[in-house]
Amino acid sequence: MALLDPVRLWAIARKETIQLARDRRSLALAFALPLLLLVLYGYAIVWDVRDIALAVVDQDRTAASRELVDGFLASGYFSLAATPERPEEAARLFARDTAQIVLVIPPGFAADLGDGRTASLQVLLDGSDANTATIAMGYAEAVARTFGQNVLLAGERLALPLVAESRVWYNETLESRNMIVPGLVAVIMMTIAAMLTSLTIAREWERGTMEQLAATPVTRLEVVFGKLLPYLAIGLVDTAAVAALAVALFGVPLRGSPLLLLPLSLFFLFGSLGLGLFISAAARSQVLATQVALVATFLPAFLLSGFMFAIENMPAPLRALSYLIPARYFIVVTRGIFLKGVGIEVLRVQGLLMIAFAAVGLALAVRSFRKELG
Amino acid sequence: MSEPAVEVRELTRRFGDFIAVDRVSFAVARGEIFGFLGPNGAGKTTTIKMLTGLLAPSGGEGRVAGHDIVGERPAIRQSIGYMSQLFSLYADLTVAENIAFFAGLYGVSGERFATRRAWVLAMAGLEGAADRPAGELSLGWKQRLALGCAVLHEPPILFLDEPTSGVDPIARRRFWDLIYGLADGGTTVFVTTHYMEEAEYCHRLALMNRGRLIALDSPARLCAASAEPLFAVTADDPLAALAALDGAPGIVRAGLFGRDLHVTTAGTAAGRDAIARRLAETGVPLRALAAIDPSLEDVFIARVEAAGGAVAG
Repeated sequence: MALLDPVRLWAIARKETIQLARDRRSLALAFALPLLLLVLYGYAIVWDVRDIALAVVDQDRTAASRELVDGFLASGYFSLAATPERPEEAARLFARDTAQIVLVIPPGFAADLGDGRTASLQVLLDGSDANTATIAMGYAEAVARTFGQNVLLAGERLALPLVAESRVWYNETLESRNMIVPGLVAVIMMTIAAMLTSLTIAREWERGTMEQLAATPVTRLEVVFGKLLPYLAIGLVDTAAVAALAVALFGVPLRGSPLLLLPLSLFFLFGSLGLGLFISAAARSQVLATQVALVATFLPAFLLSGFMFAIENMPAPLRALSYLIPARYFIVVTRGIFLKGVGIEVLRVQGLLMIAFAAVGLALAVRSFRKELG
Repeated sequence: MSEPAVEVRELTRRFGDFIAVDRVSFAVARGEIFGFLGPNGAGKTTTIKMLTGLLAPSGGEGRVAGHDIVGERPAIRQSIGYMSQLFSLYADLTVAENIAFFAGLYGVSGERFATRRAWVLAMAGLEGAADRPAGELSLGWKQRLALGCAVLHEPPILFLDEPTSGVDPIARRRFWDLIYGLADGGTTVFVTTHYMEEAEYCHRLALMNRGRLIALDSPARLCAASAEPLFAVTADDPLAALAALDGAPGIVRAGLFGRDLHVTTAGTAAGRDAIARRLAETGVPLRALAAIDPSLEDVFIARVEAAGGAVAG
């Protein structure tokens, strides 16, 4: 007897599609949630530090000190939040989150500059948000350096001995959104795919229809693949919709081939959908299966895939664990295709690893059925 | 007659220390309506699950439609229809979609599908309701539709696990008319039940209790073979009569049966005396006392008690 009879496979796929089309909860999960998540997270997760609240204590009050302050504001990274009289007020400003950085220009700043001495400038930072403080410090040092160079050039008409001409590739303006949104596509599709299928087998157990199926000639492979087919189609539509929205709404460049994204998404979806089926068959309850699917996919994809935190910076055990997170490979694919425009010659390894993940996911799903079924 | 439709020898199923089915042997002839009767927990459903390939036996052997129940489960699934005691169609699919789904699983296609679909709709009385969601049907209709889906592929053997639970006697009678129709057409029907009226419809009955097969015969012969005399006792106060007779000398068993009592005694003449004497002693007025033939229910209760009583719960 054939393990994969096309007529039975089609019967399962057709039935699953009808059930899906009549279930509002699944429809919302399939079509509305991915786009909603993309919009929410796409706007919420921003690493760029802009408009850092700056307080200036200008004790010099000269043209030079005002020029320096203008330099800070013109950089676009700082906005003037307060101009206290004395440096001692910095503590109060930090405590109330009025300022994140306080600039103290001491008396005699312009005089030192004019006399050719090294003028000093005090920068106080609120280190309770270490991330922002580090970035703000970098910006402040850059503004001060530019100011210093301008003074040098204006005075002596010298040429600087060395100038580094930095140019950033792939994400020229260093917008974190360009990095986050392609990664989000992977995180969202992993979660949605597993949650979609997590309902389907548990539902059959809960309603007693699994026993009826088990008494028919249908095999485990037919049930697994028959249930996968409609969700695979939905997953591909979702991936395309989310990718289109990433370009249209967030202006993320799509430099590579969308046609390459399609087969690679297919492998990724196969694995994630299979994982959802496995969870569904093991849990046998819709509520439990959905929760397990959510936790088992969303958190690892979010935290351990390189989406939020660079994998190279993780401790060795977590780094090893990240190899088991399929989103890790798909994120390389989406970032590669969106930003770098690379092709299969670069993404081959990721493709193969996702095929391996799909094989494992499907094998788990097929195995998790009771032995009695086919 | 060729080989039996169903044949099991020493069939056993253990769940840990609990023996759900204990060395059961029987054979079901082709075209027979074979009933499995027993209290809850007797092992009826476990047996049917082993025969349909849903559960592996712990011991013994069996053949269904000529196929081994352990090694040839795929072949068995193609030759049987199965209807479980729960409504197991898809409530969110329409009647027609359920029929089409099961037809796909059984490989019924083309012209045969059109014929069978029309047959199922007519058989279940659902001609005008093909596009109604199956979940909205009344229970009697659901059961007839489930029966139709189970026999779409015209299987030689049909397994029914408590098929008419929860419906009224008229719907039950209608369902059984369909069963008789199928049996007339040569289908072997294997049915579990704990309804006496359903058991009476079977050609042969296997009585199960505590995992053991305790009797196997036609309903009429089971009743005739009952050795102990039975009396119907009519009293103004049946509860007082029951209290007086239960456990009295010469009385084997007493139980309420409608407004009367059915009382089993050790001997016919002595029994009549024992009942009359005991009621006179306890001052319970006796209206009527008559020897009667046992009903299937009397036989069932007597056999189960003789075999150690039903499991609690």
